[in-house]
Amino acid sequence: MTATTLAKEASSAPVAPVASADRARRTRRRGRIIALLFVLPALLLLGALVVYPVVFSVGRSFFDASGTRFVGGDNYTEMFRDPATLKAIRNTTIWVVVAPALLTGLGLILAVLVEKVRWATAFKLLLFMPMAVSFLAAGIIFRLAYDEDPDKGVLNAAVVSVHDAFAGTSSYPTARAREGQGLIHGTDGSYRTSTAVAPGDSVTLGLVGVLPKDLPAGAGPAYAAAGRSAAPDELRGVVYLDFTPGGGGRQGEVDRRESGLPEMKVEAMRDGRTVASTTTASDGSFRFPGLASGAYTVELPASNFAPPYQGVSWLGRTLVTPAIIGAYLWIWTGFAMVLIGAGLSTLPRDALEAARMDGANEWQIFRRITVPLLAPVLTVVFVTLVINVMKVFDLVYIIAPGPVQEDATVLATQMWLVSFGGGNNQGLGSALGVLLLLLVIPAMVFNVRRFRRSQR
Amino acid sequence: MNAVRRGLGNGLVQAFLVVIGLIWLTPLAGLFLSSLRSADDTAKGGWWTALAAPGQLSFDNYSALLKNAGIIQSFWNTVLISVPTTVLVVVVAALAGYAFAWLDFPAREPLFLLVVALLVVPVQIGLLPVAKLFGQLGLFGTIPGVVLFHVAYGLPFAVFLLRNYFAEMPKEMLEAARMDGGSEWRIFIRLVLPVGRPALASLAIFQFLWVWNDMLVALLFADSSSQPLTVELQSQIRQFGSNIDVLAPGAFLSLIVPVVVFFAFQRHFVQGVMAGSVK
Repeated sequence: MTATTLAKEASSAPVAPVASADRARRTRRRGRIIALLFVLPALLLLGALVVYPVVFSVGRSFFDASGTRFVGGDNYTEMFRDPATLKAIRNTTIWVVVAPALLTGLGLILAVLVEKVRWATAFKLLLFMPMAVSFLAAGIIFRLAYDEDPDKGVLNAAVVSVHDAFAGTSSYPTARAREGQGLIHGTDGSYRTSTAVAPGDSVTLGLVGVLPKDLPAGAGPAYAAAGRSAAPDELRGVVYLDFTPGGGGRQGEVDRRESGLPEMKVEAMRDGRTVASTTTASDGSFRFPGLASGAYTVELPASNFAPPYQGVSWLGRTLVTPAIIGAYLWIWTGFAMVLIGAGLSTLPRDALEAARMDGANEWQIFRRITVPLLAPVLTVVFVTLVINVMKVFDLVYIIAPGPVQEDATVLATQMWLVSFGGGNNQGLGSALGVLLLLLVIPAMVFNVRRFRRSQR
Repeated sequence: MNAVRRGLGNGLVQAFLVVIGLIWLTPLAGLFLSSLRSADDTAKGGWWTALAAPGQLSFDNYSALLKNAGIIQSFWNTVLISVPTTVLVVVVAALAGYAFAWLDFPAREPLFLLVVALLVVPVQIGLLPVAKLFGQLGLFGTIPGVVLFHVAYGLPFAVFLLRNYFAEMPKEMLEAARMDGGSEWRIFIRLVLPVGRPALASLAIFQFLWVWNDMLVALLFADSSSQPLTVELQSQIRQFGSNIDVLAPGAFLSLIVPVVVFFAFQRHFVQGVMAGSVK
């Protein structure tokens, strides 16, 4: 029943039948013209700029790059032959498989947990806020955060400090021994004594290549320690910087002003096995007490000389796609959480309370009641995210640095590159656009059906 | 015992959420602090060093930004693109939404199903054909061109949203207005628009942010004199690392408007995004 027929019925009642039928027809026609004037702007814009382009693109995708020669399905087979496009298809698949599932899961967990705290609203606002930020700004934010230099990118700064807290920093990446002064350079980067030593011996291990300003604070002269003799069952020695500031020292000997090298790991080896290990004191001295008699070698393990840990190459070839997905999570998690939270608030309280009364714990309630009841909401969130993820463009375009752009490429960026960004093959570009359209057709059908059902 | 365990569990939940909140805040804080540091300081160390040395922070980058003709021009272009787009989408979609909901015209149902189907059409498919079309019409590279494209691709969702909202209006209300002899135009202005205000507001905010934040469409359809802030900044990204003192405040300038809109109209914004998610 429409508005105009209502109006007609209302006005026709008191008038004579014939005249009223005539007038009703006229009113009806007038009503239709007005209605068309109302929808016309929208229909014209949609027709010219959305429907026509879809038809045009489908047609164009069957022509070659210049648009003059009909090539049938060649552009579509080319799509699966061209390595760059294949990579884009592969990456888009990774995006679609990983991002929506992660987001829905994370959103669900946060939506359930946030209900348990008093500051839920503030938390939701904070997580939702990135939705207001452009992909460009988010891209710049994450280019900054992912910077490889631990002195610039906050992520690598965190990774490096965690790594160094557990694995320790190597203090002497530049140190080395002079040739022929009692130390052999192992293939793994370690140094060991060239001659066997026994308990009761005292060794001096001289290294060079450390700038005096790079010495750890508190490093003291090694001279006194080098002079001490070892007890019968102990092996002792000193690791020192065989370099006298200002010159004048003798190579291979511990001179008065030469510094010890503190914090150096030292191992006592016997028959190729480490039997004792220690770290040098501030004057570079070390001792292994209580050794059984026999032949030993003293080793400075390679970890002393390892180059400093530089963190993870986030925007390198292998990690660039996961890294960009990480940025995408930052933007969309709030959306998933708020939408799922809205679904959560409609769950029947009694069912949850009854389960709690029956002694179910929180995990059982979550697993057996919350998730199954939320299934429809979760599906909507998931499907929405899949549609959005397929079209991701800006983030990839902004975050992936030039040289890795081709490793991060997805369908939308590839379509752009092929059509406008140098590729200039509008036939293949149109085919990629059509592929994007085909991928969202299930969502289109889903929307239309859902709408028709809601109208009944 | 149980209470203790619950209390402990709640403590863990709070701690977990605090950590998540900090993770979410850090990138933004990083951008903001970076935008306040000189190029020299940025070259020497990360933005977090400024926490210990607040002397590094100043608004010099922002005053430099305000003297940067390219940035200022593109900022105004962003305004000139997003405001007209928002107004046009709301007006055109409100007219159509009302017609689809309450007026009678041929092929009304199939046409509306078409609108529903167009909801998910990716903008990518329109780029090439519309670029050719605009080239012939002389619209390519101009602000009106960018606006028209945005309006067209904003319409399916806008019409869908408003038609559904208007359809909920009580029938008696419209009948009464028609009995009083109001023309459709008067009814639309005096009755439908005021009643639809919440939906119109959500739509306007969502549409404004969508266009304000767009880069892809403007990247193609705008030339250097009509390009918005996003495209202007994008063109400077190639030298990333050396120009953080321009990029960071620029990005902050581009995000502060939507974030203020977000906090000012939270409710409408959330509703708009939720409803718009089907796009």
